[in-house]
Amino acid sequence: MNVAAPLARLGRMVLALMAAIGRIALFAAETISHLFRPPFYGREFANALVQIGWLSLPVVGLTALFTGGALALQIYAGGARFNAESVVPSIVAIGMVRELGPVLGGLMVAARVASSIAAEIGTMKVTEQIDALVTLSTHPMKYLTLPRVLAATLSVPILVAVGDSIGIFGGYLVGITRLDFNPAAYLRNTVDFLELWDILSGLIKGAAFGFIVALMGCYHGMNSGRGAQGVGRATKSAVVSASVMILAANYLLTEVFFAA
Amino acid sequence: MIDLRGVHKAFGSNQVLCGVDLTIETGTSMVIIGGSGIGKSVLLKSVLGLVLPDRGVITLDGQDVTTAPRDAFLARFGMLFQGGALFDSLPVWQNVAFRLLRGALRRPRDEARAIAIEKLRRVGLKADVADRFPAELSGGMQKRVGLARAIAAEPEVIFFDEPTTGLDPIMAGVINDLIREIVTEMGATAMTITHDMSSVRAIADYVAMLHDGVIQWTGPVADLDASSDPYVDQFIHGRATGPIEAVR
Repeated sequence: MNVAAPLARLGRMVLALMAAIGRIALFAAETISHLFRPPFYGREFANALVQIGWLSLPVVGLTALFTGGALALQIYAGGARFNAESVVPSIVAIGMVRELGPVLGGLMVAARVASSIAAEIGTMKVTEQIDALVTLSTHPMKYLTLPRVLAATLSVPILVAVGDSIGIFGGYLVGITRLDFNPAAYLRNTVDFLELWDILSGLIKGAAFGFIVALMGCYHGMNSGRGAQGVGRATKSAVVSASVMILAANYLLTEVFFAA
Repeated sequence: MIDLRGVHKAFGSNQVLCGVDLTIETGTSMVIIGGSGIGKSVLLKSVLGLVLPDRGVITLDGQDVTTAPRDAFLARFGMLFQGGALFDSLPVWQNVAFRLLRGALRRPRDEARAIAIEKLRRVGLKADVADRFPAELSGGMQKRVGLARAIAAEPEVIFFDEPTTGLDPIMAGVINDLIREIVTEMGATAMTITHDMSSVRAIADYVAMLHDGVIQWTGPVADLDASSDPYVDQFIHGRATGPIEAVR
C-alpha cells in the first residue's frame, strides 16, 4: 500500500476546502460591492424583509420561549447544589442575550430561510429563470442576492432582540409559577445584572448570523446542480454550511467580545 | 447583422463547439437545426454572453459582443426560453413588463401594465390572464406569455430556444405562426434553435445545420429539401441510418 495515498487524499480535501472558502469569499465580496452600485431593487428588499424577518418571528419566538423556561429550570437545579438558586433571573437573562438568543435564533433562521432561499434560487437556475434575468438586463446578484443578504443582516438582530425578550419572559414564567420566585424580585434581578454590552454583543452576533444565513442560501442556490437532486443537494448544503458557520462565527465573536 | 467566426466552446473534456462560422443578416429569420445535446443552446447563449466562448469572435453590427456595454447590448435582445423561464413569484403582467418596470427602460406602472396587456393580446391571451401566476397557466399559455415578454420592449433581435418543445401539434402550429407574424411585423432579426421540422418550415428564411461542433450546411429554407447534404438529408427525413450516429 502506498503510504502517501492517505496524505494525498487529505491534501486534496484541504485544497478543496480552501477553494470553497475562496469562492464563498469572492461571492460575499461581489454581493457587498453591489451595495454601492445602482440600480437598487427596493421592492425585492421589502419582500425579503417580510419573508426573512416577519415570517420567522413565530419560530424564533417559540424557540426562545421554551429555551428560556428550560434554562430557568436547569439553573435552578444546578444552583441548588451551591445554595445559589437566586442567580436564576440574572443567568437566564445573560445566557439568553449573549448566547442562546442569537445562536438558537440564527440556527432556526438558517433552517427556515437558508433552505428556502437555496431552493428558490436553485429552482430558478434549473428552470433558466436566472438566464432570463440576465437577458432582461437585470444582474442576478443585484436582484436576488443583495436584497436577501441585506434583509437578513438587518432583520435577524431584531429577531434576536424579540427572541431575547421572549426567552427572558419564558424564564420569568417558569420562575414565578414553578420555582416560587417573587415576580418583582425576579424582574429586578434580571434588570440589575444585565449590561448594555450583553445586549449589543448579541445583536451584533445576530447581524453576522443573518449575513451568513442569506449568503449561504444564495451561494448554494446560485451554484445548484441540475434537476431536483441538484436543488435538493443545494438546499441541504445551504442549511449545513450556514449552521456550521454560525457556530464557528459565534465562537470567534465570543472570543473577540468576552475573552479576558 | 450577427456574425460568428471560429467560435469554440468546451465544457471540461467535452468539446461542444469546434469553430462555428455563421452570419445572420439583419431582418432575417435564421433557424439552427441539429440533434439534441449537440450545442445549439450553447451557441445561442454564446451570442447573448450567457456562455463565454473559449475562442472565436461574435459580433453584432460589427461590435464584439464581449466588449459591448452590457445593458445597452442586452436591451437590443428578446428571448423566448425553452421552458418559458417565467418568474414564479410575479403575476403574468409583471413577467411581461419586467423590463419596463425597472432599469433604463422603466415606465410608470400603469403604462407598463397597459403595454403588457397589449402584448398579451398580441399573442392571443385575454386581459384576465394578466393577474394570474405562471403556475396557473397551461404549457401553451406559458409559451405565449414568454413570447409576449420577449417582444415587450420591442427588441431588434429575438431568440427562440426550442419554441414548440412540449406542445401538442396544434399549439405548436399556433406558436410557429405567431413567431413568424411577429418577426415579420417587427422587422426583427430572429435566431431560432429547434429540432422540430414544422417549426423550421414555418419560421425560417435561412437554415443552418449544426453537427459535430460546426455548421455542416447553411442556406435558404427553400433549398433545404434539395440540399444534397447527407447530414441535412438524414435529419430532415428523420432516418436512423446515415452519417449522424443515432446513439450519441
